[in-house]
Amino acid sequence: MIPELGHFAIIIALLLAITQAVLPLVGAQRGNLTLMAVARPAAQGQFVFLIIAYACLVYSFLVNDFTVENVARNSFSQLPEVYRITASWGSHEGSLLVWVLMLAFWGAAVSVFSRHLPDDMVARVIGVMGLISIGFIAFLLLTSNPFDRMIPPPPDGRDMNPLLQDWGMIIHPPMLYMGYVGFAVAFSFAIAALISGRLDAAWARWSRPWTTVAWAFLTLGIVLGSWWAYRELGWGGWWFWDPTENASFMPWLAGTALIHSLAVSEKRGAFKAWTVLLALTTFSLSLLGTFLVRSGVLSSVHAFATDPARGAFILGFLAVVIGGSLILYAWRAPKMVTGGAFNWFSREAMLLANNVVLLAAMGAVLLGTLYPLLMDALGMGKISVGPPYFNAVFVPLMAPALFLLGVGPLTRWKGESLPDMVTRLKWALAVAVVTGFALPFTLEGFNPWATLGFFLAIWITLSVLIGFRERLKHGARLSSLPRTFWGMQLAHFGLAWGIAGMTLVANYEQEKDVRMNVGDHTTLAGYTFTFKGTTEHDGPNYRAARGTVEVSRDGKLLNTLHPEKRIYNASGMPMTEAAVDYSFTSDIYVALGEPLDDEAKTWAVRVYHKPFINWMWYGATLMILGGFLAASDRRYRIAVKKLEAPAGAVARGA
Amino acid sequence: MRTILSSLLLFLSLSVHANEAALNAEDPVIEARLVKMAEDLRCLVCQNESLAGSNAELAQDLRREVRAQMKAGKSDQEVIAYLTERYGDFVLYRPPFKPVTYLLWLGPLLFLGIGVGIWYLTLKKRRNLKETPVDEKQIAAAAQLLEEK
Amino acid sequence: MKRWIPLVLFAVLVGFFAKGLFLNPREVPSPFIGKPAPTFTLPVVGAAERTFSPEEMKGKVWLLNVWAPWCVSCRQEHEVLMSLVRERELAIVGLNWKDKKREAEQLLDQQGNPYVAVPDDLSGKTGIDYGVTGTPETYVIDKSGVIQMKHVGPITPEIWEKKFEPKLKELGA
Repeated sequence: MIPELGHFAIIIALLLAITQAVLPLVGAQRGNLTLMAVARPAAQGQFVFLIIAYACLVYSFLVNDFTVENVARNSFSQLPEVYRITASWGSHEGSLLVWVLMLAFWGAAVSVFSRHLPDDMVARVIGVMGLISIGFIAFLLLTSNPFDRMIPPPPDGRDMNPLLQDWGMIIHPPMLYMGYVGFAVAFSFAIAALISGRLDAAWARWSRPWTTVAWAFLTLGIVLGSWWAYRELGWGGWWFWDPTENASFMPWLAGTALIHSLAVSEKRGAFKAWTVLLALTTFSLSLLGTFLVRSGVLSSVHAFATDPARGAFILGFLAVVIGGSLILYAWRAPKMVTGGAFNWFSREAMLLANNVVLLAAMGAVLLGTLYPLLMDALGMGKISVGPPYFNAVFVPLMAPALFLLGVGPLTRWKGESLPDMVTRLKWALAVAVVTGFALPFTLEGFNPWATLGFFLAIWITLSVLIGFRERLKHGARLSSLPRTFWGMQLAHFGLAWGIAGMTLVANYEQEKDVRMNVGDHTTLAGYTFTFKGTTEHDGPNYRAARGTVEVSRDGKLLNTLHPEKRIYNASGMPMTEAAVDYSFTSDIYVALGEPLDDEAKTWAVRVYHKPFINWMWYGATLMILGGFLAASDRRYRIAVKKLEAPAGAVARGA
Repeated sequence: MRTILSSLLLFLSLSVHANEAALNAEDPVIEARLVKMAEDLRCLVCQNESLAGSNAELAQDLRREVRAQMKAGKSDQEVIAYLTERYGDFVLYRPPFKPVTYLLWLGPLLFLGIGVGIWYLTLKKRRNLKETPVDEKQIAAAAQLLEEK
Repeated sequence: MKRWIPLVLFAVLVGFFAKGLFLNPREVPSPFIGKPAPTFTLPVVGAAERTFSPEEMKGKVWLLNVWAPWCVSCRQEHEVLMSLVRERELAIVGLNWKDKKREAEQLLDQQGNPYVAVPDDLSGKTGIDYGVTGTPETYVIDKSGVIQMKHVGPITPEIWEKKFEPKLKELGA
């Protein structure tokens, strides 16, 4: 009964989405206020019915209703409750429902927080979001119904993929989708602006906070995914350039470019056509990612089970949405050069350079991800493009952009004097260069990659400090600086911090693969690891050999770690559950390999020392906070206040 | 003083414990070479994993084979040639630079070149643009719209 | 005109994706097609004193079927192969790949033996020499000992009709 209710709720949501798309768009075109007024309630209604559908799905998982095929395939009677909830988005069907739920959430959010916008703008934005909803809900209902029954039911479920049974995975997918789908708002604003022909500074200002919030969520989603891979995949890597990761990284790169070009469009009224195209591109890349992950055209560790019918459906939808929007762009984008003049060396020129490099990097990732497919389709054989390629092309592309990041925010709009800038930055440059060269020598000797990383991290950090100092020198107080400024500085500093962490862990991590009998010890990076043997341990839905490894330094016991080797009951799948001692300066990571004798006394044990890896996560956290902070700036809310909007509106994104 | 004490403690703790654990690899030098090479190779039977990271049986067999060949004195190139003869370029995560991959390897440079070209042309146009007072008005009008609505 | 460029690029991409939907990213062509079959000499299952080597098949069109007793899809294929050799004259050599539990002989006794010889590749090295990634895989080798075709996955009657028959006819088997 409950699953049918859920199914029914999705159907109603589809009907509401159709209403939400058709009536407001027609109304906006005809200037009919009554039709336009349908937008808000329809969007909110769609959201409510999808919440109901989703609640029904979670309920089916919680009560182990194995007559629902989706539950039977992805859950298990012994699965702990929290994972039964997360299993609801572990499958293709469930995660697609989360996808449309998020889309409806953003639609409802626009309907609530857009009271200061012209009615026809709101109607068009919400209408376009309705169009996207129609496609995805139809996809859900026609090819991937999460409530399909399985009669007779199997005696028990097949269990959730053990890899996903980790608490890094609990919120990674929803956050990732929040980001992915959030770019639909920027997309819809762009389409609405193209339809109405009102591509002005106001449009840029309206879409800016939405884009920044979506970007922050996407960053959070990607970082959680990386953190999960680090903890769960068992060999301590945190980025693999897998097609699934690339699928989320490409919209991130484009979205980052979009945030910066929106700044120019808002402040200077320039680059409007370009910014619109970027907004279309960013969401198109989100859609492309969905297609790549769910159609089986690429092979990936994380891809969902594949089905050509699904692939064909998304591809068709993709062609309509992206193709349609690009036709609209070609037809309606402003042909006049807008905005004022600016010089070679100006804030505008720097931001455009940022866009150029970010998009070239995005293009490189796209090329590497799709190249095997292109060659195969042309019958030119099969090749693999993996991490060595991406590392070789991505780092050299990004390095100049990161250098410019130190200059850009200090540059004035319209034009800046280069000699002035040299005077302002020469000390920072000197300090960054010297430290960049000196630091590797104090560690392990000359290392060009480490030098590059340290230089960029210190350079950006110093530039952020100079940015604050110059503002304060001009009479501003810290508390009076706008939140957009704080947000930008925080995000830039977070990036520098993350680069420092990445540089340190990539160049100075150590590992050792040893065979350990009970009582054996080994040393790595000054730490002594003593193996105390393994014990049998029964988890809720798995059995494990749980090792005990004591970590000590200078004879002082620091921590006792328990890496596990698990066998999951339902699937029989073995899993390596690494144990990690996290700290500010380094992680100590211990993974249990295979038993090397019959009594399981001797084990292969891998120990890793990962210096400053946490700085990556801290840095990323600052970038996310910076995004939310910038989006909460009062100049985006000023009009809201005048209308005495509800308090919730003011708190959005803060 | 502290260092003496701590090294004493270290000595004590060592003497309490049993043996120093042996490295899993018989020959650490070859193992390091193997790991470095295997990171650039694809585990053929996995969805998308490197030969270094995979626990699949074929990956283990291939690692054993590579180890044996390295021990027999084969160079890295010879070992890679051995693998590509059997499995084709598909086994390489770093595709070789040849006519069909020119676009792959030069593409990023091309993108950057196009980007820099656009950047240059845009700036050239902008520099010669007369500052249009209309535009300032437009921005002001937009700001007003924002304040009033 | 400039404004249509994104649309054109996107249309090209969609074309590739549409094609990609009908391709299998896991199916990898063998670099051995058109090359001489790697040679080997291996003991034969069920005949301790005998060895097998591909040279023995010179002058014949033959199939090298890589299989293993622990491989589930090989069981289904086994039946297909049995009915094929019952109907016609066909030389299939069954490379027994990594049969660590030594079950091949017993299995062939029970289920029937479609092979003219079953070389025993215990270490799996011969399989690797042929670029085998998993069982079953089947190579078609011509009279001069050159590999002409490779099929990955179990042979079904349909696949036999569509893929193998024409090839064998072409090679004059």
